[in-house]
Amino acid sequence: MKADAPILEVSDMHTHYGASHILHGIDFSVARGECLSLMGRNGMGKTTTIRSIFGLTPPSKGEVRVFGNVVTASAPHVIARQGLGLVPEGREIFANLSVEENLLMTARAGRDGSNNWTLERVLETFPRLAERLSNMGNHLSGGEQQMLAIGRALMTNPDLLVLDEATEGLAPLIRKEIWSVVRRIKETGIATILVDKDVDALLSVSDKCLILVKGTAVFSGSSTELAANPDIHVQHLGV
Amino acid sequence: MDFVTFLIQVLNGVQYGFTLFLVASGLTLIFGIMGIINLAHGAFYMIGAYICFWLFGITDSLLVAIMAGIPIMFVFGYAIERLAISVLYKRDHLYQVLMTYGLILILNEMQKILWGSDFYSVPIPEVLSGSIPMGNQEYPVYRLFVSLVCMVVAAGMYVVIGKTKLGMMIRAGASNREMVQALGINISRVFAVVFSLGAALAGFSGMIDAPLSSVYPGMGNYILIISFVVIVIGGIGSVKGAFVGAMLVGLADTFGKVLVPEFSSMVIYALMALVLLWRPQGLFGRVT
Repeated sequence: MKADAPILEVSDMHTHYGASHILHGIDFSVARGECLSLMGRNGMGKTTTIRSIFGLTPPSKGEVRVFGNVVTASAPHVIARQGLGLVPEGREIFANLSVEENLLMTARAGRDGSNNWTLERVLETFPRLAERLSNMGNHLSGGEQQMLAIGRALMTNPDLLVLDEATEGLAPLIRKEIWSVVRRIKETGIATILVDKDVDALLSVSDKCLILVKGTAVFSGSSTELAANPDIHVQHLGV
Repeated sequence: MDFVTFLIQVLNGVQYGFTLFLVASGLTLIFGIMGIINLAHGAFYMIGAYICFWLFGITDSLLVAIMAGIPIMFVFGYAIERLAISVLYKRDHLYQVLMTYGLILILNEMQKILWGSDFYSVPIPEVLSGSIPMGNQEYPVYRLFVSLVCMVVAAGMYVVIGKTKLGMMIRAGASNREMVQALGINISRVFAVVFSLGAALAGFSGMIDAPLSSVYPGMGNYILIISFVVIVIGGIGSVKGAFVGAMLVGLADTFGKVLVPEFSSMVIYALMALVLLWRPQGLFGRVT
């Protein structure tokens, strides 16, 4: 591990699903504590980018480095143990485990041995989960499932938290709550990659943005730069 | 049927059900979590019985033979998983069926080379060889003992699967294997442990059963087929289902032999057909 290496560096990443070429050479990096927004319309390769980073759909070409170590060919659990926490699209809660078990199953100290996120702290962050500890994963509302998915990833004490469509399909009030938690997580110094439809919320919380169109980055720059040029996101993200 | 005969048949059915459960629980876990159809699971039961016979010949104690036999079966299962099964996880079920069927042939042949084609018996230990009088009949103590031991093992499994971190990983792996990996858990290690435990349970079932049935070539084939009936009835992947299925099959088979002897070989298959008509996914199976 190199002392000053960014948490995540992705260079010239190409990914195929069978014969179809989805990602055409993506480059970006996330430094410690930094928040990156991954933007783009549906089907442009955001989730594939995340799956490729985690080794779930390994890239066919290019390199993924975590703290300077190449993890491109590693198994998903090895990559996750480098300090990456995943809150996947669709939440993917373990339906046949209780809320408490969902949280405890993955609990472990962080890469540096730190144990900042314990069951108590996660329940403090999401008081609604504390009331539903013994409920099974499939007996939760969408918002509660989302909180559980975030809590579950935090229990691995990650250095980088990846949230894929964390507010999708949720009521406005719950969405607001999720965004405020995302801000609080960011304030604790955990780096984040965010995928969401709410461009304004993304611009207000993230440091930099990457816009994907058909598996290629068409914009890569700071959030302030993107906010100052609304025509860019209107062109690539507007409906 | 008078009450005493009825009670004795219930005890026999429950004891047979427990034996089946030890084999079927491993089979259903291995399929439910790892997606592997392990046709060689019945052969593990047979190997267990032969190991028990072999170790009994050396130590002259059933207890010592079983205590030493269980870790041998665990290591044996681990070796099979690493050498043969682990290459099949990403393959189609057809490859798994071919490979595990091949394993049956190899294990049966190994058994013939090591122990020949004779039937062997393992005596019931002196302290457990008595009978308990029940009305005008008697019931062998060893059968009660087997039921009791299996009950303890089943309770142990309940605790491991229901209360421990390994159990959480096993259940989570059955519902969403990819997510378990993405959260940093080495699923192939979980698989290896589950497979080895399954082999140890099947082997243990063969060992504890050895004094009741004899030890003979191909003794695992029949139990494999019945175990598949059990897990289909219970719902594939569900340990609770395997338990209920094993009890139903054990009782149906026992009472079938008493009540309708001429149709006894059909009873459990008729039971399976009825359950599937009512619940195609099995009693505790998930609808997919």
